[in-house]
Amino acid sequence: MPSRVGVVMFPGTNCEHDVVQAVNGLGGTAELVWHGNSSVSGYDALILPGGFAHGDYLRPGAIARFSPVMEAVGRFAAEGGPVVGICNGFQVLTEAGLLPGALQKNRGLRFLCATVDIRVETDRSVLTSGIAPGTVLSIPINHFEGNYTCDAETLARLRGDERVILRYVDNPNGSIDGIAGVCNEERNVVGLMPHPERASDALTGSVDGAVLLRSLLASALTSANA
Amino acid sequence: MEAGAQNSGSGGEQPLHRALGLTDGERDEVEALLGRPPNHLELALFAVMWSEHCSYKSSRVHLKRLPTVAPYVLVGPGENAGVIDAGDGIAVAIRIESHNHPSAIEPYQGAATGVGGILRDIFTMGARPIAVMDPLFFGDPAEARQRWLIEGVVAGISGYGNSVGVPTVGGELTFDPCYAQNPLVNVLCMGVLPVERLVLGQASGVGNLAVLLGSSTGRDGIGGVSVLASAGFGGEDDAASESKRPSVQVGDPFEEKRLIEACLELLDAKLVVGIQDLGGAGLVCATSETAARGGVGMDVDVSAVPRREDGMVAYEVMTSESQERMLAIVTPRDLPRVQEVCERWEVRASVVGRVTDAPDGVPGRLRILDGFDGEVLGDVPAVALSEDAPLYHRPLARPANQDARLADDPGALPAPADCGPDVLALLTDPAWVYRQYDHQLFLNTVEAPGGDAAVLRLAAPGLPPSERGLALSTDSNPGWCSLDPRQGTAATVAEAALNVACSGARPMAVVNCLNFGNPEHAEVMWQLSEAVDGMSEACLGLSLPVIGGNVSLYNESAGIDIDPTVVIGVLGLIERLAVRPPGVTLVPDAALVLFDGGPELSSDPPTPPPLGGSRWAKEIRGHRNGTLPRLDLAGHARLLSLVTALIGEGVSGGPALVAGIHDVSGGGLGVALAELSVRSGVGISVAGIGDHHELFTESPSRVLVCTTQVAGLVSRAADAGVRFRVLGTTGGDRITVEGLVDVSVDEATTAWRDRLPALLDEFAPAVSN
Repeated sequence: MPSRVGVVMFPGTNCEHDVVQAVNGLGGTAELVWHGNSSVSGYDALILPGGFAHGDYLRPGAIARFSPVMEAVGRFAAEGGPVVGICNGFQVLTEAGLLPGALQKNRGLRFLCATVDIRVETDRSVLTSGIAPGTVLSIPINHFEGNYTCDAETLARLRGDERVILRYVDNPNGSIDGIAGVCNEERNVVGLMPHPERASDALTGSVDGAVLLRSLLASALTSANA
Repeated sequence: MEAGAQNSGSGGEQPLHRALGLTDGERDEVEALLGRPPNHLELALFAVMWSEHCSYKSSRVHLKRLPTVAPYVLVGPGENAGVIDAGDGIAVAIRIESHNHPSAIEPYQGAATGVGGILRDIFTMGARPIAVMDPLFFGDPAEARQRWLIEGVVAGISGYGNSVGVPTVGGELTFDPCYAQNPLVNVLCMGVLPVERLVLGQASGVGNLAVLLGSSTGRDGIGGVSVLASAGFGGEDDAASESKRPSVQVGDPFEEKRLIEACLELLDAKLVVGIQDLGGAGLVCATSETAARGGVGMDVDVSAVPRREDGMVAYEVMTSESQERMLAIVTPRDLPRVQEVCERWEVRASVVGRVTDAPDGVPGRLRILDGFDGEVLGDVPAVALSEDAPLYHRPLARPANQDARLADDPGALPAPADCGPDVLALLTDPAWVYRQYDHQLFLNTVEAPGGDAAVLRLAAPGLPPSERGLALSTDSNPGWCSLDPRQGTAATVAEAALNVACSGARPMAVVNCLNFGNPEHAEVMWQLSEAVDGMSEACLGLSLPVIGGNVSLYNESAGIDIDPTVVIGVLGLIERLAVRPPGVTLVPDAALVLFDGGPELSSDPPTPPPLGGSRWAKEIRGHRNGTLPRLDLAGHARLLSLVTALIGEGVSGGPALVAGIHDVSGGGLGVALAELSVRSGVGISVAGIGDHHELFTESPSRVLVCTTQVAGLVSRAADAGVRFRVLGTTGGDRITVEGLVDVSVDEATTAWRDRLPALLDEFAPAVSN
């Protein structure tokens, strides 16, 4: 049975159809989940896609964390379900406290849309399992607030626990320690700034993002069968 | 409610109609139409609707000369957007607009609301906007004020476009001192829709309701189309532009995003009879145009319009250009379902009008009421506002110095000792701009900004599946149009068409944005008239219908007009897009072939290739005069067919004879060769280019092709009746043109990549971390 993936959509989210298309293209079954829903039952994994939830007003993710669906996302994560936040979704997960740290404005204070190289640092997460550490993937970034930051203690813990799952090869935005993606202690909640769905079709330039999404679909099945 | 207009404040003693932007003659014409003196509210309605911006009163007599038909054109000029049938049950809507004056006053919001406005024009037609392009024109970036404008405009497009979720896939960046006080910010938007969802902005069905969707109405943008867009700037008078700042609207991309989704859902569910965006001239424009198009009248209850602030009077509510608003015509039966959809998207929906009868032969009335049963504040024929604006046959005059300018040719300028540094000085990578734009959303972007044309898959949620692709290019050449507006415009059309052909697309349709100076200057009207004729000739010669356009006049400051700036957008269709087009690139150990569809130069007496209008003459030598190279439309059409076929075969998955391709345009062969090299990192060795004339001429109808299959390629050119020449080979780490240029690929790459950052990041915020 294909993995059923819920793609959580807030007003202002704009990458939801792209994620659905990429997941379905890899053999998964993706459905949109409206932010007003208080349940996410029936899914094997959740993706919080990119965009500008609630217009990014106040700051990215600050309002979205109060949407009814976020309580359900929190329960899903607590039960071990795979949850991936991409770009704005990563920002929402940090605001909701499901991931440590925060995303601040890019070094240079400009929006950045470009394809960059990122290195997989560990295969111990729902997004990177089965991918050899050291693998370099070419994946687009598209953000203004993608500069990951956290306090020294958190950084030490992230590094010690191998919870930095992705690093930029050439840091484009000033992220501390070149961090492009992290996971929680249980390794089932992942946030990353690059957009794997944008690198899922050779026609548009790269298929490296599909490597990550395939890993998520596999993790989703494992988790569903556990 | 107070119906009177407040004095706008700027005029002091001048009569009300002039303060609102109407001439004495126009005011008298309003009185004649009404059969009585207009009241203040009515005068304000006519002032905005008869503004140059809304009525095209100076340009309409000329625009009629453009060819607009082709079998696949579903909607031509005059509607919110032009629409073509792209096959597979899919239609493509496209429009171009200017937001020049707002951006000159307040660059961030001016540019942002330009994006917002054009998106509404597109989804008004039932189309989902899938791509935006922004041709931008500024003064010298070495000046601090220009950098402030550039930074603000690009941030405004980025801030609005990225957030609303429509990719910005290309554009243009031009610097010239003529734009110092009056920058140009044009914006093109393309949308796609299932053919059966196509809707037009018209009201029908007496008793149907006009529902205002989206933002509340504030005092922002009042008189935007009249006092701001339809008048020039005084010059260096900062206080005067400061006083116009309240006429610039403020954008909210989050509101627009919800509005797009709500409107597309309403259209999918067939819950609206007609729909119209509120742009320039706000509610008066939307209500009068929908009523006039539908041959009905409309009662507008101005008290039902949700306000952002207290104390607004009727004329302010009716003419406000507050952003992110739409007017939907719905049946009373469907109103609850409309409200339900809007509630889900958190979009405000208020019934503000009713469709009224237009008894036989009598035009429908637009009545402004204080409550549907309340006082009548204004009462005018709807059609008088939207269609009876005066048409001006303004005087035309060829500038007195035109012949002298044509005769002052740069061909006689001394040759450079070494052309290498000149080539390097003409290279600019626009990545500084487009990296700030989300150009990838929707997973359709096959060719990113920076190439000859943007290439997109023809796909979007809700569309039937299709293997086709779209190519889109915008081009302009104000220097050329200043020397010869007719031929300059024709050549611009030719170049834009060639750009889409280089992606394997067949050029299908043209949109244009005509940015000119003050139409009360006879020389400007001559330029406009000539440009229209040039566009018409090129479009007829290349079988391209014009499906939409925009005219922006009064681009002047201190009495000096900008160079005539004709922006041409060409939409192309790729039959089958299965493989990425080769793009502007080289492979090593290949041949470089030049296709030339231009007119042959006379050999008796020998004629050097013309340098008139070239970037080399203008930017390197400061020489802005001369005679333009000629354009041969028949030869250009043959070149287009050849290139479309060659690249089209490759992108459809068939045999690919072409490994890289680039049209020869600004900067001539020298720049085209260098761009191919820096974008691929592959060197070039070329011989047989006679002199700097040949290196820098911008003769149209030429394409550089990189191929490993020379024999096959040139036989195709011969069959197509296109001249060709093998120029040299690729490989190594230098760009050499024997006797003229010898630079390393590295130094060219550095010059190309660092030019904009060096200009624009010099005073960038300090880098942290």
